[in-house]
Amino acid sequence: MKFILHVWRQAGPKAQGAFSVYEATGISGDMSFLEMMDVVNESLIEHGEQPVAFDHDCREGICGACGMMINGIAHGPMRATATCQLFMRHFEDGDTIYVEPWRARAFPVIKDLVVDRSAFDRVIAAGGYITAATGGARDANNILVAKTDADDAMDAAACIGCGACVAACPNGSASLFAGAKVTHLGVLPQGQAERRQRVLRMIAQMDEEGFGGCTWHGECHEACPKAISLDVISRMNADYLRALWAMRDEKQEQGAG
Amino acid sequence: MAGSQPAALGVGPTNRVRLFWRSTVGKKIVMSVTGLIMVGFVLLHMIGNLQIFEGAARINAYSHFLHHTINELLWLVRVVLLVSVVLHIVAAIQLTRIDRAARPVAYRRREPQAATVASRSMRWGGLALALFIVFHVLHLTTGTIQPVPFAPGDVYANVMGGFRIWWVTLIYVLAMIALGLHIFHGAWSSIRTLGVNRPKAEPLRRPVAALVAVILWAGFSVVPVAVFFGWVR
Repeated sequence: MKFILHVWRQAGPKAQGAFSVYEATGISGDMSFLEMMDVVNESLIEHGEQPVAFDHDCREGICGACGMMINGIAHGPMRATATCQLFMRHFEDGDTIYVEPWRARAFPVIKDLVVDRSAFDRVIAAGGYITAATGGARDANNILVAKTDADDAMDAAACIGCGACVAACPNGSASLFAGAKVTHLGVLPQGQAERRQRVLRMIAQMDEEGFGGCTWHGECHEACPKAISLDVISRMNADYLRALWAMRDEKQEQGAG
Repeated sequence: MAGSQPAALGVGPTNRVRLFWRSTVGKKIVMSVTGLIMVGFVLLHMIGNLQIFEGAARINAYSHFLHHTINELLWLVRVVLLVSVVLHIVAAIQLTRIDRAARPVAYRRREPQAATVASRSMRWGGLALALFIVFHVLHLTTGTIQPVPFAPGDVYANVMGGFRIWWVTLIYVLAMIALGLHIFHGAWSSIRTLGVNRPKAEPLRRPVAALVAVILWAGFSVVPVAVFFGWVR
């Protein structure tokens, strides 16, 4: 197969970027999108040019490192699929494909298609944790969790933090990401201790990082490689209202040390 | 901002109201509550309007009831609505600025996957509705704009006169399309913003919001259209 690629090239964070056109030839339909990019990069290296920088790690759809805007759709045209699991057979031979980095103020471009997603790390650090006692593993079913709660937590925990929700959102909102974390920890017994602080802190950090607000277009859910439901955003907001209602002076909450 | 430490809530506003209003989620909740108040109002307004089909005596008696019998309540409703409109618009402007700033570089190619005409027209549609509300109040509440001479208290005459003029009817018909779209997205998303919805397999489905939007669009549009074509006695 053969493709015409329009790829965003940007030498560094402050550099002026532009689209470069490359022809990808000798592509098999069974190659993933990243493997196709590898082939293009091989030929760029052979011609003495800089290869296209892009993030990737596991290449099996579970790490969240890869991600690019492919023909205007985050992670490309297949639903619930990360870029590494998108195969070239889903395109027509000879297609023109635009490849762009995630675009958000909170995700500055580092180089070409690589963006800095450490804003997500700071949102996690603000509240995406629990203070469970560590030690020997507990016996199974020692802590009872309703099946529906376990399912909801698991569905939300599927978030791999790839940033596609932010990239797809017309407002550059991180609500689906933050909602997934708040839901994942908030519906389980182990997550109750910090439940109120968590949602207040994560939302404050999300705003601090320069993400936009949610206007319920639903683009994030469509883009999510794990198809995380919009329900997590409702749940985050409900938790937020409850936490705000019950809010006490932060010093009191931390006082017990 | 990039590079900053996780925000400690103790450092920022500790006052709950300030914390709430500062956050994007808080502003959206304000928009939801004020929006739902306005949806409730327009439903009552629409039901009141439909009395025009029962003749001049009925609609004018209803007007007299509102302006004299329950005058204090009417003013209370007006104050609540005014506060709602102002909060709704202020939050909308602030959020729009935050949202625009969050995507400083646009995509060369963008293929929306789930956004609807309604969801994408919320901002311009909302602006259109705000302008329409000003026009409507000046036309049929205060009688400042007089396409035909305005008779205070004679709702029937003012409606019958006003909607005989093609451009007045056209403004109302177009505005009601904007209202229907705004509510189709707004009523549904308000419920979700408040987090009172039940989890659903297909969260984008909104049968109730769609029904409310259609009822409001049809119920409001039928009056100017019917008057224009002479279907009202």
